[in-house]
Amino acid sequence: MTPFPAILQSEWTKIRSVRSTVWTLALTFVVTIGLGALLSFLTGSNFQQFGENGRSPFDPTGTAFSGIMLGELAIIVFGVLAVGNEYSTGMIRLTLAAVPQRGTLLTGKAVVLGALALAVSLVTAFLTFFVGQSLLGDHSTALGAPNVLRAVLGAAFYLTMLCLFAAGVTAMLHNQTMALGVLVPFFFLLSPILSAVPKVKTLAHYFPDYAGQRMLLVYEQHGQPYGPWTGFFICLAWTLAALVGGALVLRKRDA
Amino acid sequence: MIELHELSKRYGDTLAVDGLSFQVPRGVVTGFLGPNGAGKSTTMRMILDLDRPTSGRVTIDGKRYGQLSEPLKYIGALLEAKAVHPGRTAYDHLLWLAQSNRIPARRVNEVLDLVGLGSVARKRSRGFSLGMGQRLGIASALLGDPEIVMFDEPVNGLDPEGILWIRNLMKGLASEGRTVFVSSHLMSEMALTADHLVVIGRGRLLADLPMPEFIRQNSRSAVRIRTPHVEQLHTALAGAGLRAETGPEGSYEVVDGSLAGIGELAAAHGVVLHELSPQQASLEEAFMQMTADSVEYHAGDGEGRDAAGAWGAAWHPRNGRQAAN
Repeated sequence: MTPFPAILQSEWTKIRSVRSTVWTLALTFVVTIGLGALLSFLTGSNFQQFGENGRSPFDPTGTAFSGIMLGELAIIVFGVLAVGNEYSTGMIRLTLAAVPQRGTLLTGKAVVLGALALAVSLVTAFLTFFVGQSLLGDHSTALGAPNVLRAVLGAAFYLTMLCLFAAGVTAMLHNQTMALGVLVPFFFLLSPILSAVPKVKTLAHYFPDYAGQRMLLVYEQHGQPYGPWTGFFICLAWTLAALVGGALVLRKRDA
Repeated sequence: MIELHELSKRYGDTLAVDGLSFQVPRGVVTGFLGPNGAGKSTTMRMILDLDRPTSGRVTIDGKRYGQLSEPLKYIGALLEAKAVHPGRTAYDHLLWLAQSNRIPARRVNEVLDLVGLGSVARKRSRGFSLGMGQRLGIASALLGDPEIVMFDEPVNGLDPEGILWIRNLMKGLASEGRTVFVSSHLMSEMALTADHLVVIGRGRLLADLPMPEFIRQNSRSAVRIRTPHVEQLHTALAGAGLRAETGPEGSYEVVDGSLAGIGELAAAHGVVLHELSPQQASLEEAFMQMTADSVEYHAGDGEGRDAAGAWGAAWHPRNGRQAAN
């Protein structure tokens, strides 16, 4: 048996030594903060114009996290690349020759990937929040306000889980291009569209992204199917299912 | 030692490897020879537990590959040269591999120098030539200082200098007491490097014998004679303890005879000769003859078969440990 710390060290070297993985992770950070900052600034300086519509209470946290749609896309690509580049290059055979315990290998990969994604997501989430609030000026909220800390942490966990979900799906499909071709349109187009279509949306409300985003809500929204914690567990269930599925495919398949 | 027991692999309807049993002897270079598509790569992937056998098993020093602790220290393999992320440096590529088997990082620099890539260690492998890629693959095989090394078609696509380098490397590894298992579809290449030979065709074992024995069995030379004085020739040969076999188109062939000796013998007996020529079948021809029935695609009635036919039925599986089926 290969010792687990050796696998972790090796997987960490793999991730840090390739530009594409490093860049997609950096992009997650930049677009989430950047887009959130831009919208917070615009909202803060033009608040009078669109604040008076009598809409449900203004959510400064949600405004700061406006960029998360793009951030999640970047971290999904990161998850796909971290697993998928082994398949696209044929390196997977070298990896499995070095570590024949395939379940342990994927676990190690997921631990490294998850830890790194969580670290980056936490920094991203808190910075996004604080930058956004400082730009919202008078309309900002504080971390101590009800549900706000939960929403900020929720954003970090949401990004981490999507990254691992993408990694698991890539291991299941054992193909980088196919994984990108399935995941990007799903999260960017299909899921948002379906969750707005009257009848289908009941189903779409159980997709990992919709479920995970419930954690970001500070105010209860009308017509919500479930609360933030249920959303968290639905998203977590998707993530674990994808990883287990990936491990099963990896163990069963010829490399 | 690598041991295969009744190893089979089926892909859909095709049986890529069919009841293969042999052992790779220790401390020598064993050539794993077969035409393209014979099942060599599949067999090697099964040795590394990358492909799962349909039936049968492979053991390395009595253990399944998956049971080896830090397997790179037992067996190092070069399967495909381009199995490298193009955006990763040669050093980092070997570093992650080393770390996974707790091989010290200084060994990375050692093997890079050993294969002559020391100067490009910090370069991304995107810009590497085929030969450099092959060297990096060999560096990864040698990383764990393994007892057994396995190379799949290592000379494919290399320039003459690279081919010579790999040839010497394999001999050097064997002289250090390592077991070298190398596949090829070129008999000529194996004749220069291998001490032992395992030949497969269509996934089946065709021959498993030491190289000198293969050469002895297959590179018989003969002297071809054409003469109008057949009776006198036979008498003269018989007097010298030689025997002529019937050759093609009314000729006769004396196996193991020397050209000069037979010429002098004929002159001494006043036998008129119309032809006196050396006949030599190459190992390549012997190999092609052996695998002729198992080659999947022939080039029409082209050269392949004709060259093999030149040796005719002279090759018979003998001695050694021949295929069970």
